[in-house]
Amino acid sequence: MTPLLSPLPAGSAWGGVFAQFLMLSLLSIGGAISTAPEMHRYLVDQHHWLSDEQFSAMVAIAQAAPGPNLLFVAVLGWGIGGALGMGVTMLGILLPSTTLTLAAARWGESRRHTRGVQAFVMGLAPLTVGLVLSTGFLLGRPAYANPWLLATMVATVVVCVRTKVSPLWLIAAGGLVGGFLG
Amino acid sequence: MPPLESPIAPDAEPAQMPAADETPSAMSDASAVDAIARDESPRSILDDDSPRTPQSPGEIFRVFTRLALQGFGGVLPIAQRELVERERWLTREQFLEMLAVSQVLPGPNVVNLSLMFGDRAFGWRGGLAALGGMLLAPLGVVLLLTVAYAHYAQHPVIAGVLRGMGAVAAGLIFSTGVKLLPALRRNVLGAAPAYAFAVLMFACIALLRVPLAWMLGGLGGLAFAIAWRRLKP
Repeated sequence: MTPLLSPLPAGSAWGGVFAQFLMLSLLSIGGAISTAPEMHRYLVDQHHWLSDEQFSAMVAIAQAAPGPNLLFVAVLGWGIGGALGMGVTMLGILLPSTTLTLAAARWGESRRHTRGVQAFVMGLAPLTVGLVLSTGFLLGRPAYANPWLLATMVATVVVCVRTKVSPLWLIAAGGLVGGFLG
Repeated sequence: MPPLESPIAPDAEPAQMPAADETPSAMSDASAVDAIARDESPRSILDDDSPRTPQSPGEIFRVFTRLALQGFGGVLPIAQRELVERERWLTREQFLEMLAVSQVLPGPNVVNLSLMFGDRAFGWRGGLAALGGMLLAPLGVVLLLTVAYAHYAQHPVIAGVLRGMGAVAAGLIFSTGVKLLPALRRNVLGAAPAYAFAVLMFACIALLRVPLAWMLGGLGGLAFAIAWRRLKP
């Protein structure tokens, strides 16, 4: 762990870190990863708690691990302050968005058959599909320069749409291809 | 018959749409069986609208832990697979509806989706169970990886393996989008306009890199307006 650790924020700085992540939570429309540039500005450029390389490595680790991408926030928190840092950043990033989501979901649920909520949900559905396709396309960009990786990605789409093979096998196969040819 | 689940077109055949009430106890076993039986229409397996419900917050916690731990490079494809295809707790349309709402709220989609799903089933206890299942076990794994990564990061084979896994992860997410496309058939916008909106969204976000907020405000506003007009009672 030592190569990733940096000087910790001092005791009173944690309030600021917490406030920063509370704010980022409300800005994280489209996923926590969309706030990564702002976290980079805050943790690397402004406070120098992490280096550029540390920041990138931490995001990469979280992407490679199973679970929501949001966990890169936990890794960053761990990096600047161990368990305390992880608690502060995760609580900060989760509290506002989960509260708002619960409130909005319950509000919408009680009015789900009204014309407004129906129009909202149905109008957004095609955009959501387009956005999911876009996310896949954009995350695949590092693969487009390497024909083997591109073929791997295309094969994944075909297999996943046509069969019920577990994604875990596909991930394992991808790792194998990448290990030899990536 | 209780009001139908959204999103469906107003002209959808009611018999094809079992009214999956969101309260777990509302559907008796008999009517659930009925609903499954009614659904044996000549449609593909992915079209199946079979309402099942989680039995307890504990079950939600277990299923969400299981799906989170499979989610390399993104949980969304696994969530779709587990909740729609395997557990059949949600129809494809319901999944898309929840995802659409999750999308416009701050916070990660899958986390919001878990929370909404758990909350609908068992109130805040269900929400907490889904959220905990989604986050706790993966958190342990990611911390172990953080430690391991510090040792092996420089190894070229490891870097290659990560790139290969990344390509598959991207393909899985893209496939999820492909699998959700047929859910637009019954959209109130009409199938063709709904597909057009999806393609336009893809072009603007993935190819032209238009900021998401503009798209939700612009294209989203337009789609809402059309849906609003067509839902006229």
